[in-house]
Formats: sequence, structure tokens, C-alpha cells
Amino acid sequence: MNLRDLRGSVAIVGAGTAGIGEAPGYTDIELLALAAKAAVEDAGLAMRDIDGLATANLNAAMWPLNVVEYLKLRPKFVEGTNLGGSAFVAHMLPAMLALSAGVCDAVLVCYGSTQRTSGRREKLQARTLLDPFPFEAPYEPFNPPSSYALIAARHMHQYGTTRRQLAEVAVAARGWARLNPEAFARDPLTIDDVLAARMVSDPLTVRDCCLVTDGAAAFVMTRSDRAKHLAKEPVLLLGTATAAWHRQISGMDDLTVTPTLESGARAFSMAGLAPQDIDVVQLYDAFTINTIVFLEDLGFCAKGEGGRFVENGAIAPRGRLPVNTNGGGLSCVHPNMYGAFAVVEAVRQLRGECGERQVRGAVTALVHGNGGVAASSQSTSVLALAEAL
Amino acid sequence: MQPEMNRGAEARYAAALSEGRFLIQRCNDCTAHVFYPRELCPNCHGTSLAWVEARGTGSVYSVTTVRRKPEAGGDYNVSLVELDEGVRMLSCVEGIPPSEVRIGLRVVARIADHGGKRVVFEPAERAK
Repeated sequence: MNLRDLRGSVAIVGAGTAGIGEAPGYTDIELLALAAKAAVEDAGLAMRDIDGLATANLNAAMWPLNVVEYLKLRPKFVEGTNLGGSAFVAHMLPAMLALSAGVCDAVLVCYGSTQRTSGRREKLQARTLLDPFPFEAPYEPFNPPSSYALIAARHMHQYGTTRRQLAEVAVAARGWARLNPEAFARDPLTIDDVLAARMVSDPLTVRDCCLVTDGAAAFVMTRSDRAKHLAKEPVLLLGTATAAWHRQISGMDDLTVTPTLESGARAFSMAGLAPQDIDVVQLYDAFTINTIVFLEDLGFCAKGEGGRFVENGAIAPRGRLPVNTNGGGLSCVHPNMYGAFAVVEAVRQLRGECGERQVRGAVTALVHGNGGVAASSQSTSVLALAEAL
Repeated sequence: MQPEMNRGAEARYAAALSEGRFLIQRCNDCTAHVFYPRELCPNCHGTSLAWVEARGTGSVYSVTTVRRKPEAGGDYNVSLVELDEGVRMLSCVEGIPPSEVRIGLRVVARIADHGGKRVVFEPAERAK
């Protein structure tokens, strides 16, 4: 069997979110359950129809079991690989394979976190204890910002990228967030605001860094033949791929080139599409530099041209290419890991459910997940409505 | 230098560092230098890795200033340094203000106490 044979063989049939922003008094799994319920109902299914599970969480080593028990699932397929925030985009490949092989019929991909309201300092300390980085920790990088700051500094050095171009990314994300009632940060934001914001790890200010919020997101995947008979128009998975190259910043060969180069090429190849075929783009913007580097590595522009590509509102509402139309991790939601939220927004855009921020006539979407503290793992999926085939 | 066989590369690196020596590895099979220390060469996956004194010279490959409140110790430098042997390590450049550390700056290593020994760098010009 060729991977190309699986193009469009499975679809996302339900999507939901819960607790975006602040959800004081809730736990990770409580928010996850609410998003899972919303996604399953959105598909026109019941929780008892779910026989596959894909999930990950930074705080629990056996997180899929927590979810199995909480939702009282009896899954025939369980996927718990944690590559960081890209996880939920990465889960699409094994979910597709399991569905296609008949291992299961409906996979719930789900995530929830109360990072903002539930003592993140203690959890970070515990993770550091369990997963030490003895060759980086003595220098106290403030990660993840410092590793992405090193990437940004190198990109500026090699290609002349400017802080103003980084700021364009934050301002574009805010422009979209202002059209999204679900987004957490909706105040006006200008390039000068970003440049004047508190510096965190040069050249990144606090406005170049993603939000820290609560939130949960979930989606349901089935085989496409079954998807046709469910509640909403299926969003077909045309291509998906993951690439993982390193863990720490010192493990990168070229700081300006991420595994996206590989995941994007493989996902596009499977989909039989190219960047110019994509109507709406969801990129994991943990930091402003991410959006620029990913646009390059995915082929929307040449390497080194990302800064110039985003200038003059090019990725903002009414720009040339709609990117991160929910407001992204920078302005909509970012609870530890963002990947699942990017997927939900792509699904909503293709279904035409996005109100003021709707990209008119969008039939193809790209979702790109980033994982690890140094652009370590990258997952790309190409989604489309049936009419795009 | 004979590797001790009764503990892993990470412990051997730390033991040398605690004695004031900055060692890196060199693969006997493919001749590549290796850092951080490993049991397998990441280039050829051979297991014959020799310990060699790092020359201690290199240049700043990328740089950031981590901002910290003055009462907590103030801003500090974090740099990715490329050693002249061709390997990179996260470290910091001391002896000049963080704002003056630039990509390409030539640096030399020294071992400093920081709640345990660590390799830090300072500008080569200053060290002369």
C-alpha cells in the first residue's frame, strides 16, 4: 500500500473546544472532557461510538489511561505519543492508519490544560526534575522563549529579518483574534506596542511570545465513507506527516531550518497539493519567529524571505494569505500545547462556521504543529472539503 | 586518555569538569568531534569515542539576553557557542555586558563555579 492511496480516506467529522482563556477551579481532564463531549456531539455521534483515542499531556506519564477512565472508553486503538505541542497534529497519521486498517471506527483526539490558573511553576519544576537537561540547564535558558530567541537572532543575522517583521506576526494574529469572540487577547495591538513591550529573551518581547491560557480542544476522525452519513460536512485528511530531528537547541544543524522542511514536503506530496493550493493556514505560533520560519520551510516563500513575506499586513485579515485566523497561540489560546486548537480552527474555516473571520470560499487548509522547546518536532496536515478533490 | 568503563559518558564528563578539565569526545571511527558526551557517535554510531581536551576556542553562533529583575540578579547572556572542533554547546559569555555579545564574537572557554562547575566563555580579545 502506498501512502498516497490513503489520501482523503479519513475525515475530521467533529470539533469542539472548552474553557478557552481562564477556567479557574477546573482541572485539565475536566476541560478535556467538556471539549471531547462537544466534538463528539458536533459529529452527531455518542461517546459510546468512540473506539479510538489519541491524547497527550505534559504532566502525566500515562495520560491516555486517565482519559480512558474518565470518559469510560473501551478503545481498540490508543495513541499517546507526546512530541510536545505538535502532538495532536502528529496523532492524525497513526489515527488514519488505524482507521484505514479497520482497527477502529472513530478516533477521538483530545487535549485539555489549565496551565494559566493552576500553579504552573511547581509543575515546571517537577518536569525539570524528571527530564533534566544537564548540558543546558546550568546556563539557565528561559525556555521555551530563549531557544526560539536564539533561532530568531540567527534568522536576523543570516537574512536581515527585523524585530518589526516579527512584530507584524503578532499584530496580524491580534487582528484575527479581534474578529474571534472565543479569543483570549482582543485588545488593539500595534507594531510599536510589540516593539515597546517588555523584553523577555532578546529579541523576543512578551508580545512575541504566545499566551499562557487555559483551554481544551478535541476532534473526531472516521473513515470518509462513514463521514458522509454524519452531522456535518466532512473535512478530509489529504496528507499528513511528522518529522522530528532533535530535542535541544544545540541539536539543530541550522537554527533557521526546522523539521517542517521535511514534514511539509511529505504532507504536500501525499496530498498532491502545493502551497499555492492552500486557502487558509494554521501554524503553531508559539513565538512570532515560528510563523516566519514555518512559512519558509513549508514553501509559502523562500528561505530567508519570511520576514518580508509577512510585512504590510500580508497574513492579517484582508491580507494576501490568511494565517492563524483564530488569533493563534499569540492571541487566541495557548495552554501548554496548542496543536489541537489549530486543527479545530481549520475545520471550522472549511465548514464556513467562522463568522466575521471567515475566509470566503476556503476549501483547502494547512495545519502545522510545532513541538518541543526548540522547534524539535513538526507535524503538517493538509485538509480539504470533498469539492477540492 | 583511557575512558573509564565503569560509568557513562555523562558522569565521566562531569568528573573531568569537577577536576578543572574541559573534555569533549572524538570518534575513533569517523574522526568527528562529539558534544554533548555520548555512548554512541551521532554521526557514524560507532562506540569508540576518545576523550580529548577541548581547545577551548570558538565563536558565538547565536545569542540572547535573558531578562531578569535586578533584585533577582539582573539580565544575563545565553549563547550557543560553536567550538573550533565543529561542535556546538549552549553556554554563556561573561566579562562583557550581555548587550555587547554578538554573533561571530571570538571566545575562549574557562571553567567557572556556579553551584557546580560549568564551562563558560569570555571574549578572546579580553583573555589575551
